Amino acid sequence: MAYEIVLPHVGESVTEAVISKWLKSPGDSIEKYEPLVEVITDKVNMDVPAPESGVLGEILVNEGDTVAMGAVIARMETGDSVQANSDPKPISSRIGTLVQGANVGPTGGEFTDTSLATVPTSATEVAAPKSETGSRNYSPVVTRLAAKHGIDLSTVTGSGLGGRVTKKDVLAAVESGGHTELAPVSEEDQVIEPTPIRKMIAEHMVRSVSEIPHAWSAIEVDVTGLVQWRDKNRSEFEALNGVKLTYFPIMLHVVASSLRQNPKLNSSWQDGKIVSKGQINVGVAVASASGLVVPVVNQADKADLSGITRKFTDLVSKARNNKLDVTDVQDGTFTLNNTGALGSVWGGAIINHPQAAILTTEAIVKRPVVISGPTGDSIAVRSMMNMCLSFDHRIIDGVEASEFLQSVKNGIESITADSDLK
Amino acid sequence: MELYETMVLSRYLDQRVWLLNRQGKAAIAASAQGHEATQVACIEATDPSKDHYLIYYRQFTAMLALGTEPEELLRGFLARADDPMSAARQFPLHGAHPRVDLFNFSNVIATQLPQAAGVALADKLNKRDAVTVVFFGDGASSQGDTHEAMNFAAVHKLPVIFFCENNRYAISVPMEKQMGIESLSSRAAAYGFPGVQIDGTEVSAVHEAMAAAVERARNGEGPTLIEAMVERLLPHTTDDDHTRYRSSEDIEQMNDRDPVKIMSEKLIEHGLISKEQDEAIHASAQQRVNQATDAVEAEPYPEADLMYLHVTEGPGEVK
Amino acid sequence: MPELSVIEAVRETMRSEMRRDSSIILMGEDVGHRGGVFLASDGFVDEFGEDRVIDTPLAESSICGVALGAAVNGMRPIAEIQFADFVWPAINQLVGEAARVRYGTNGVKTAPMTVRVPYGGGVRGGLYHSQSIEVLFAHTPGLSVVAPATPYDARGLLTTALRSNDPVIVLEHKRTYRLAKGEVPEEEYSIPIGRAEVKREGSDISLVTYGLMLHYSLQAAEMAVGQGIDVEVVDLRTLRPIDAKTIIESVSKTGKALIVQEDTPAISVSSEVAAIIGENCFFDLDGPITRLGPPEIPPMPFSPVQEAAFMPSPEKIFDAIVRLAAI
Repeated sequence: MAYEIVLPHVGESVTEAVISKWLKSPGDSIEKYEPLVEVITDKVNMDVPAPESGVLGEILVNEGDTVAMGAVIARMETGDSVQANSDPKPISSRIGTLVQGANVGPTGGEFTDTSLATVPTSATEVAAPKSETGSRNYSPVVTRLAAKHGIDLSTVTGSGLGGRVTKKDVLAAVESGGHTELAPVSEEDQVIEPTPIRKMIAEHMVRSVSEIPHAWSAIEVDVTGLVQWRDKNRSEFEALNGVKLTYFPIMLHVVASSLRQNPKLNSSWQDGKIVSKGQINVGVAVASASGLVVPVVNQADKADLSGITRKFTDLVSKARNNKLDVTDVQDGTFTLNNTGALGSVWGGAIINHPQAAILTTEAIVKRPVVISGPTGDSIAVRSMMNMCLSFDHRIIDGVEASEFLQSVKNGIESITADSDLK
Repeated sequence: MELYETMVLSRYLDQRVWLLNRQGKAAIAASAQGHEATQVACIEATDPSKDHYLIYYRQFTAMLALGTEPEELLRGFLARADDPMSAARQFPLHGAHPRVDLFNFSNVIATQLPQAAGVALADKLNKRDAVTVVFFGDGASSQGDTHEAMNFAAVHKLPVIFFCENNRYAISVPMEKQMGIESLSSRAAAYGFPGVQIDGTEVSAVHEAMAAAVERARNGEGPTLIEAMVERLLPHTTDDDHTRYRSSEDIEQMNDRDPVKIMSEKLIEHGLISKEQDEAIHASAQQRVNQATDAVEAEPYPEADLMYLHVTEGPGEVK
Repeated sequence: MPELSVIEAVRETMRSEMRRDSSIILMGEDVGHRGGVFLASDGFVDEFGEDRVIDTPLAESSICGVALGAAVNGMRPIAEIQFADFVWPAINQLVGEAARVRYGTNGVKTAPMTVRVPYGGGVRGGLYHSQSIEVLFAHTPGLSVVAPATPYDARGLLTTALRSNDPVIVLEHKRTYRLAKGEVPEEEYSIPIGRAEVKREGSDISLVTYGLMLHYSLQAAEMAVGQGIDVEVVDLRTLRPIDAKTIIESVSKTGKALIVQEDTPAISVSSEVAAIIGENCFFDLDGPITRLGPPEIPPMPFSPVQEAAFMPSPEKIFDAIVRLAAI
């Protein structure tokens, strides 16, 4: 019985091979599994075994030819007259092809239609499948495979629509060893079970990164005036308000005002639509004993500086003592993160899903800076702080990001020792 | 004379459509060549302002006789957007005409006969003065629907005329294999109404028979079956090749019964027109056809989005 | 409010519509002097005359073909096919012709006709007085197909059908003719074609069905209460166009779908309902879409043990409910 010999697939990323050496000639009798031909791929050299016993027939590719995996490389005759189809690969000659130029009229005659020669054919749009696919919609096969291989789905990045974890994603996670059971763990390693908060943070981060296309922009801010203002007003403020005066609430105040001027930064991508949030509720990242939390200063643009400071201080205190409740951490529309407190001078923060942006205030560092004046350039020692913005590029483009940063910069740089800040 | 001019125009249009098919522009055509005299004479005995016409796919000439313009017919053959019968959703000559009550819902053979009985029934129930003419070929006479329609029409004495254009071939199946009788008209007696066989190449013979049937119908006397014998000068359609089943002598001999030729000779013989006038009529028909072809070939096809309309009343099914 | 059976509702609807609109005529075998074999038109020929109530020859193709011709010439005919099992000769005139009149003439001609078809089994009808024939019609663009199971729905849908300007097939289950009784208002009302109805609200399983099976399903749902299972019963009422919205709303809520049908399941209305649910409710499903139907044999045997084995019943539906609820 006629049988086609096909170049087998060997690995995921290997798509073709070079025929190196035929080990058998047409007419030779061959045994099943006997090596037939040596091939070279970019990963490995290998011998292709005979799929069946029989007689080798026509060789269709020559030594030195590059052949795609799955292509027919030779034919053979198997011994059986009727072969039980244990390997039911489709035989292309039995599938055949459509002959070009054979024309059939409407009721059986020969008719060569010329009507479409002048009519452009357009592809009709295929409607997208209707099921809503949020990233946490696990399909039955995903759940089953994850359970079988011990994969924690919250750690799998979804490549499907809306960030959905697909079957491929799970299988990829399996193959890359992303699960606790099969990954080789040496005696020196320590396996730590993440706390529930850690897991939640992990899930939230994965969701944010897989769903939101992040882009970044940064700006340098001259905070010399701000530093001077604080030095001057510190003691009076703290006496009056009973809380310490730090830079952060001032930044928050400025940022809230800038958000009012740049509403796109205060929005959210929801179900294919951009929702521009009416309130400005700025979340501030705080390291609490149990992990990162983001309490929210509600309506930050409507409070004055002392109000913001008191609120902020109160939230931080609660956070540090694990006394935050649900209302403290919900409804945030923007996040401000003081990475500078730990000495960082640049950061690419992850957006707090489903917000549109996150801004960091980096460390304030005294630097020599070129100042342009009426008499020319000179060098001065200024307190400089970077502010780094990560933004959702579905909603915000570079122009809007820059405008926002510029607004914040101007707001902060306009503060001098004599400013009257409320 | 007018009848002759319509026949000549039909002939030239017919030839043009066949040519358009060979050029790959008209996908399908069924020729009326050989049927022209029957169709013009039949229509002439009716009143298009009130009567109904259920045609079949070979009624080219009848459509012209009923006032359809060559452009309208060409739009059907060339599948153009402004095809009045079906906006090119159907094969040519199918659909319904907006000006004359002439229609043909499908290419399924003989389904129009019970429908014709229904049309006539509605007229009778409403006491309307109208006659329904339903056209069909010899092959259609074998369908069960033909029997059912004639039977029903006879029971209710409906004002319907069953007009068969018998060209003795249903595609390739000759009459001897289609029926066990010599003449279709003899079946009418079995239902209880008159049937008559006539020479379909003779305008006057057809007209006389039809006029009699129309009068019967208008007088409430019921249906009539008219069997007009004609020749199908060309194969069944542009997809057919009649040399496969007809001898060359047979095909040759048919041309002796070409109604356009017969009419032309007769008119000249009786001095009603001169040879030059005849040639002028032919030339004028050719020119008209050329003009119509040029115009319609420049017209667009219907847009894809239009195909969603008119499935049912209202916005139609969701895509 | 009067309580009527389905056949009474059908009769009263036809009567009042024929009084209201003189263009409505009824034609079919035995519809005149006999009043129809189910008495659907009892007394009609006396009231409306032989012109409007026509005893036709025994010829289904022309019953529908003639009705179609009359419909395109100003009438609103009701063609009655005596038993669904005899509709097959008329398929050409209905599916091939009537369904395509408006489309094939680009709206120049329309066919405002109604075809009433008594169908269904469980009446010891054997192979030729028990068939369900909906699938071919429900597949056809240009047709509407309704299958009211209650007297209220019968009146409402038949009224709409008679006033529709396109062909409507009305499927009347023979077993519901005298056995299904319910309130029917005396005042005129109509039910839109294409609207399913939740006949019983529930939270655990969406049971989608139509025809006689509606009644059996409601009985099974009552039995399920005792097992703590709360079944929502969705009566399709219209088979073309199917009310996908109501089905989706129900299944999205319950997460489990059971489709109950008297017609053999392969390539049927239940297949379409399953596809709609699969396409639209994938992430809301808490169990596989399940169909309950008779075995794949020609419907249906005459002898009583076999007929009972063939037909779905409240008990069989109850079993299916319990099994699906347990998943």
